[in-house]
Amino acid sequence: MKIVLVRQISQCFFFLMFGWFCVVSTLGDKFWQLRAWPVNWFLQLDPLAALATILTTHTLYGPLLWALATVILTIVFGRFFCGWVCPFGSIHHFVGYLANRKSPTSQNLRLNKYRKAQSIKYFVLVFFLAMAAFPSIAATLQTGLLDPIPLVTRSFNLLLLPILDRPLTLVSVTDRFYEGAWLIFAVFATAVLLNLVIPRFFCRFICPLGALLAILGRFAIWQIGKTQPRCSDCGLCQTHCQGACEPAAAIRSSECLLCFNCRQDCPDQLIAYQTTPSLAGRITDPDISRRGFVLSLLTGIFATPALRLANKLGPNYQPTLIRPPGALPEEQFLKRCIKCGQCIRVCPTNVIQPAGIDKGLECLWTPALNNRIGSSACQLNCVACGQVCPTAAIRPITLAEKLGNGPFTTAGPIKLGTAFIDQNRCLPWAMDKPCIVCQENCPLSPKAIYTREYFSTIRDAVFTVKKATQTTLQAAKANFSLDKFATGDYYCAVDGSSPKKIIANTQDSIEISHDQRFREIPAAGSKMEIQIRLQRPFIDIEKCIGCGICEHECPVSGRKAVAVSAEGETRSAESRLLLQS
Amino acid sequence: MTEQKDKPFDRRRLLTRTGKAAFSIAAASAVSYLAYDDKPPLPGSAAQKLVTLPDFSLPHLPGQTISIVEGPNRTKTVNKAIELLGGIKRFVQPGETVVIKPNIAFASSPILGATTHPQLVAEIVRLCLKTARAKRVYVIDNPINDPASGFMLSGISKAATAAGAKIVLPNNHLFRHTTLTGGRLIKNWPVFFAPLEKAHKLIGVAPVKDHHRSGASMTMKNWYGLLGGRRNIFHQDINTIIAELAMMVRPTLVILDGTEVMMTNGPTGGSLSDLRRADTLIASCDQVAADSFGSSFLNLNVSDLPYLAKAQKAGAGTTDYQSLKPKFAAVD
Repeated sequence: MKIVLVRQISQCFFFLMFGWFCVVSTLGDKFWQLRAWPVNWFLQLDPLAALATILTTHTLYGPLLWALATVILTIVFGRFFCGWVCPFGSIHHFVGYLANRKSPTSQNLRLNKYRKAQSIKYFVLVFFLAMAAFPSIAATLQTGLLDPIPLVTRSFNLLLLPILDRPLTLVSVTDRFYEGAWLIFAVFATAVLLNLVIPRFFCRFICPLGALLAILGRFAIWQIGKTQPRCSDCGLCQTHCQGACEPAAAIRSSECLLCFNCRQDCPDQLIAYQTTPSLAGRITDPDISRRGFVLSLLTGIFATPALRLANKLGPNYQPTLIRPPGALPEEQFLKRCIKCGQCIRVCPTNVIQPAGIDKGLECLWTPALNNRIGSSACQLNCVACGQVCPTAAIRPITLAEKLGNGPFTTAGPIKLGTAFIDQNRCLPWAMDKPCIVCQENCPLSPKAIYTREYFSTIRDAVFTVKKATQTTLQAAKANFSLDKFATGDYYCAVDGSSPKKIIANTQDSIEISHDQRFREIPAAGSKMEIQIRLQRPFIDIEKCIGCGICEHECPVSGRKAVAVSAEGETRSAESRLLLQS
Repeated sequence: MTEQKDKPFDRRRLLTRTGKAAFSIAAASAVSYLAYDDKPPLPGSAAQKLVTLPDFSLPHLPGQTISIVEGPNRTKTVNKAIELLGGIKRFVQPGETVVIKPNIAFASSPILGATTHPQLVAEIVRLCLKTARAKRVYVIDNPINDPASGFMLSGISKAATAAGAKIVLPNNHLFRHTTLTGGRLIKNWPVFFAPLEKAHKLIGVAPVKDHHRSGASMTMKNWYGLLGGRRNIFHQDINTIIAELAMMVRPTLVILDGTEVMMTNGPTGGSLSDLRRADTLIASCDQVAADSFGSSFLNLNVSDLPYLAKAQKAGAGTTDYQSLKPKFAAVD
């Protein structure tokens, strides 16, 4: 079997495996649902995620140890990951192939020649690592913006899957929605379409993971090279070169993706994968100029403190930024989140959303709850997000820890924030309409939303009694529509006495509940007021965990009359409300 | 198309081009003509074709309308309760399609009693399929919490499927708009119609739960789970909507489960201390009668639940369950 065919099989295999893992990242117990599928495997193999989190946290989170396998294999064999494994790389490879499959050799040679701009990816890498590397100044993990594995993971899960599954409803019964998916689309589509300009554009010029692997692979024991110093110089080996690494001349082995197309294309079979260096010479070091390196390093060092000038980690924190249960304090969170979107994908209620730039540039595509989207808010009996987080930016908490049960009784439940009632918008508070959907849906026992009864005299509803019996009152100058007050929510108070339930009404008289009949029949001329019985909701901030179910269900559907704000979230001392926890 | 330079521009090519131009003009004109609309659009969204829910009720047999069975074991009590009404074969004929509507409002564990008990659903499925030889049984609900999670965590998905039923989750395309004749609130409103459209029988199965707004959630309130859309706005007039639900849905049979009653913190519950054992189960062809009896589990009177009187007035049943001569029994 030809090596190129083996490589193609490998690419298809890993691509399909990746796609399968995206599909099965669905909460449930069927074989095609989450169960024990290693849905994070590609993210765990990613040495950039591993290295960047080591820089920010000075630890290597357990599951990321897989990256060591990639590192070791890269040190020995070179950038096999780019050419053989990376699902994003395979997409670029395939699109580049489609775009140029009929192009003449001369054009292919022009497209696949080495370009100085290929060193940009090293500067991208240095820039992001510099942002991550100086905790004494300020460290943030932003590699996920362009790291191909998180990028392709979120693009598949938060963009392609919901669109493709919408008519099929195979993966999710309820339609999935992702705020700001347009930006994920813009980045993904741009990266893919750039292959029409130059094949593997993203891999060659931008990919920070490729840059890291290039640096790691500089001592690779086996490398592509010529078996003779001289050849016919036909240059055909570069026709389909994926890395634009110029195997015809002194090969730039750091750019080589081990696609083996050169070996296949060489008419004289003078190219091999061998331990001896190419006999036409080779350039192992990445093409990084000192000036470029220093500039990208300095820019990176300055970028994080520049972002932090907004003081979003201090008193100017975003009150609308509600993180999933178990999320670390914001500063630590930003040191770990790689923006892969796995928590967003697995969330059964679709409440976790990729944050847009409105939540702050640093927070782009990190998980944030939006209780107006999705099938429900944060489900009480669910800790799925922390269980899939590959870097423990959201800790893998247990249900007991989330709910404050068992050993966590003293610590209490994890609060995501606190719900606040907007008394200017709430139906019973502002509009004399009964409601309390929020109270009904509060999942806690006892509920964090309680009510106080209030009898409100409705508009233009004060009359004088014309005639009365023990159970009826006739009003002077009244014109009620029939049984308008018979809904069970209307009451009548006479001369300020306690209100009695109305069970029926005619045009000018009302009938009160026979259980509440008047002991003394009201005199003609007494004041009668039609009142509505309201249960006005209140939040018990000691109980509220900020799950947002009240907000999700609130019938005031635009700007909700009850909404969760970050105050009181467990992970932050900055937003604490209670005197004692 | 590339025009060839070397060819002379002759009459033939002129005619060809003129022909193409004429065709293009004709095509553009045809599209304009076909799409032409001299009226601006009407206000509001496009009119939906309205549907009406089938009437699933059976003629009442005197003395066999409501049965009340005491006992701790739901499998036994439900069997006895249905038997007292004439057995499942009275309600379900061989080859029929039955829809069972449990209350799966919340993604909550069955031990918390916020949802219909899975064992009860499974036993009714079994009775329909095995005893009455129904062709198929669907279990449907449109929960408040995430539907897939609700069906899974309530244990109903697993229990009902194991008993041979098919779960139908509330996908948008299964809903149709309906207007209740004589109703005030249910107008042009989406209901979970598709599974009911071709069904022959409908059985509602609900637990007895405290409900702060309406007083109690039982078999009538259970039909809320057939509504789609932004149904929460109906809480402004909760008694009317529950009465209208009872008018809209005419079930074959309702089962009211008072084995464990949620006394406080309803309808979500959340703690075992919210529950009280009443060890009673009711089967009834009259949902108003079932709920009227059920109100006593929560220490309420019929007059405490205005929707009962409203439903009776609308002809959905009677609040005077004694008049139906309930059959009583006890099983251990």
